Amino acid sequence: MPLETAAPATPAVTRTEVRERAARNRKLGVYGARAAVLAAFLGLWEVCARTGVIDPFNFSQPSRIWAQIWQWVTHGTAQGSLGEQIGYTLYEALTGWVLGVVGGVLLGIALGRVRFLADVFGPYVKVLNAIPRIVLAPIFLIWFGLGPASKVASAVVLVFFPVFFNAFQGAREVDRNLVANARILGADSRKVTLQVVVPAATTWIFTSLHVSFGFALIGAIVGEYIGATKGLGLMVAAAQGTFNAAGVYAAMTILAVVALFTEGLLTFAEKRLFRWKPADAGDGR
Amino acid sequence: MVHVDPHEAGAVPAIELTGATKRFRTPSGTLHTAVRELDLTVAPGEFVAVVGPTGCGKSTTLTLVSGLEEPTEGEVRVYGEPVSGINGHVGFVFQQDAVFPWRTVLSNVMAGPRFRGVPADRAREKARDWLSRVGLSAFEDRYPHQLSGGMRKRVALAQTFVNDPRILLMDEPFSALDVQTRALMSDQLLELWAGTGSSVVFVTHDLDEAIALADRVVVMTAGPATVKEVFTVDLPRPRTVEAVRLEPRFVELYREIWASLGEEVRITRERGAGRAA
Repeated sequence: MPLETAAPATPAVTRTEVRERAARNRKLGVYGARAAVLAAFLGLWEVCARTGVIDPFNFSQPSRIWAQIWQWVTHGTAQGSLGEQIGYTLYEALTGWVLGVVGGVLLGIALGRVRFLADVFGPYVKVLNAIPRIVLAPIFLIWFGLGPASKVASAVVLVFFPVFFNAFQGAREVDRNLVANARILGADSRKVTLQVVVPAATTWIFTSLHVSFGFALIGAIVGEYIGATKGLGLMVAAAQGTFNAAGVYAAMTILAVVALFTEGLLTFAEKRLFRWKPADAGDGR
Repeated sequence: MVHVDPHEAGAVPAIELTGATKRFRTPSGTLHTAVRELDLTVAPGEFVAVVGPTGCGKSTTLTLVSGLEEPTEGEVRVYGEPVSGINGHVGFVFQQDAVFPWRTVLSNVMAGPRFRGVPADRAREKARDWLSRVGLSAFEDRYPHQLSGGMRKRVALAQTFVNDPRILLMDEPFSALDVQTRALMSDQLLELWAGTGSSVVFVTHDLDEAIALADRVVVMTAGPATVKEVFTVDLPRPRTVEAVRLEPRFVELYREIWASLGEEVRITRERGAGRAA
């Protein structure tokens, strides 16, 4: 009899262990497969380029791209050190992003809360949103010159609209019960806006922040590409001008790393800010 | 606001609706009358339950008293003064979850006093006191999504009671809870209310709940709502919901009130069937 009572305990433990090991193996498998896909892709590209299946002059090859990156890291670029170029682009993108986000959130919430403003400005916002904003970059170049200001401006117009629309929607769709409850509990209109509408809209706003930082980078890069004295976009333009395909790819790779890094920072900030949300709520939609 | 001493209490009702009518414009442009010619008086310290068929306009009555909505016609008075805008003496417990999901339990209960300009220390003290009365002291750092439905409702009760409301409006507050939790919450509500001397208007579709809790049960007609009949519940207090249900007088009252309410429920259902056909 004692054997029987003890028996269920032992397999239960081993079963958990087995499950844990299986989960760990699965994770390793996924990471391994990911690495294998990348290695296969780069390997195939390299082999095709070396054997002449594709023209390395047009399509470049991983080893040349890596050599280009390494050269930039160790010897700097034609416009100065690589860090300086990244710093320039990031500075432009971040400034434009912050300005666009602040403007978008403030106006979005204001128009979402005040019916009169929404009715007056609604059509104008729609018209401005209909303009393909990337064509404004040359105009900004004329207005603000070759310096960072023109890039910041194109980043701002790209960032503003998605953030604005999400903040507007978020402010409009606040649970009416929450607003009624706050008013009964004694909140005036200002407190309802700041302590109910703004927190309720943050989920909406944050979903737009992810996308909009990508837009800010696009704005900065396109601005630099059209005309600049520093920055990653200028490096792309310079490499293209000298038919240096490896240079274009290398600048792209650096851009991707920068974008992924900032994306990671945003996700981290979001997790801190949304501790009040259930963990399985996904992206909050 | 006016101060009401016990002698005056009989003279000035806590809530007085006279000929109150509320019409809404529906999205299709037609006028919908939710409440029609409603007369209702609630004395200070009285617990009134309002029962009626689904969708007859019971909730609208509460929003009129709270000041969230204004009557189209007629008058609503609270302690003798006409209602215009939100009244600071009114507490409202909503049917759906209305606690702020981004605030912790403690912060939720502190919200009312903080909105009203009470210093943080004092507000925290009051909030902790009410949290202990609803038995949630151990959960003050949790967020609402980490609590069960019943616990969230207790947060909502504490959030309302912490403002010391003289009038408590409750819109089917326990309808989303399971039967056992509902009985426990009803007992807890009676306990919390007993100490305050506030007047309660409790809207429900559950006649059991209405009789067990209230001093008077108001039966509404099928929409547009108006008062059909008022019944006095002469069961002794203090009551506990589970015990009071077994008393013969409870069953008698239930039968009497249901005779009146059942008719309205039938009318509502026939209308619904007519619309569906």
